[in-house]
Amino acid sequence: MPDVWKITGFTIVAALAATLVMLPPGIALAWLLARRNFPGKSLVDTIASLPLVMPPVATGLILLYLFGRRGPIGGLLDRWGIEIVFTWKAVVLAMAAMGFPLLVRTARTGFEHVRIRYEHLAATLGASPARIFFTITLPLASRAVCAGALLAFSRALGEFGATILVAGSIPGRTRTLAVAIFSETEVGHDGSAAMLLVISVAIAFGAVAFSNALLRRPADEART
Amino acid sequence: MPLDIALAFTLRQGEFLLTIDQRIGSDAIALVGPSGAGKTTLLETIAGLRRPLGGEIAVGGRTLFSSVRGIDVPARQRHIGYVPQDTLLFPHMDVRRNILYGAGHAPRLDLGDVLEMLEIGHLVTRMIDRLSGGERQRVALARALMASPTLLLLDEPFSALDPLLRWRVVPCLQRIRRDLGLPMLVASHDLDLVATIADTAVELSVGRVSSVRLVRPDTQQQRRM
Repeated sequence: MPDVWKITGFTIVAALAATLVMLPPGIALAWLLARRNFPGKSLVDTIASLPLVMPPVATGLILLYLFGRRGPIGGLLDRWGIEIVFTWKAVVLAMAAMGFPLLVRTARTGFEHVRIRYEHLAATLGASPARIFFTITLPLASRAVCAGALLAFSRALGEFGATILVAGSIPGRTRTLAVAIFSETEVGHDGSAAMLLVISVAIAFGAVAFSNALLRRPADEART
Repeated sequence: MPLDIALAFTLRQGEFLLTIDQRIGSDAIALVGPSGAGKTTLLETIAGLRRPLGGEIAVGGRTLFSSVRGIDVPARQRHIGYVPQDTLLFPHMDVRRNILYGAGHAPRLDLGDVLEMLEIGHLVTRMIDRLSGGERQRVALARALMASPTLLLLDEPFSALDPLLRWRVVPCLQRIRRDLGLPMLVASHDLDLVATIADTAVELSVGRVSSVRLVRPDTQQQRRM
């Protein structure tokens, strides 16, 4: 019988960490896609969305190539004594990679709905672009950004394919709820697999319901 | 104090080119003309929110745009207060935060004085969605004033207001002109109303200035262009 609560705690902490890790680049990319035109924009947009449509194990394999000891990024980190693959960091990495497109797409829609004239008006009041972003654009898009973060968190909670490839299923180190369900089912521990299933459904249900509630709330003036 | 505004530019607006070549020395100018004549476009160009195809814009002797000299001062450095027709008050901030948004650390005007002048002291803790149309106009005016502008641009300040509220906003604008000596350019399609504030009217027809005239009753002169 696995330590259900330890696995649950680890999964939630790893999903939270993945969400926090992806927030700054996710918000920045969402804003760029919503507000700026630049060469290769559609290519960047496509790459950012790939994990949504690719098999998760394929994403995991790409991460393994990139972050393995002989990979371009993993090799560099290895020189500084940082090991990623088959550690908790790989779990966070896999979760972040899989949740990232959901965050970017939802936040981008939020930024697109913020009337650009608010930003123009703020400029006439002397505000710098950074101040406009942090005091006008981001607060007005905050509901969509939060909803995107929650969706990404929910996706991270259920991540399996990329995680199993890049982090494995090491009890007490890299085993998440999804991986544990698979492992317990594989060895015939249907009872504990069912319990893990109920827990993951409950967490995911709460996160998605909260995310939907955020997106459903009455539209404010920023969306008119 | 009269402010010298020199405009000579061409701007693409929808299907026509807005061509302005005008030098105006007045402290309160009405910009009149039918819808689509380019009033808002002109104000937004002076504010730095639209880039002309070419030409020159100077306010009070300061060049804000010059295609020949490669000058294009960003909107945030122009010190031009702009109150758009729909006020664009920030919906996630209360009235106080809206008004102080552009005030900086050492605003030229005292917040209390501005609140008193515009009769909005009782509104400072309210959120924007709890304001009436007239209150929104006055809060937007206060926000523009607290940013210490050298010129105030008002786009149809009366159009969203019922007749009773219009006459509430007019004295506020007259006080801004009288007490603060702040030059203003007021776009409106209602010449009678705007004549209570401005002494010179610049009339726009589609894409060009069609006339400049004095609108004060004691100086009924008109110069056709």
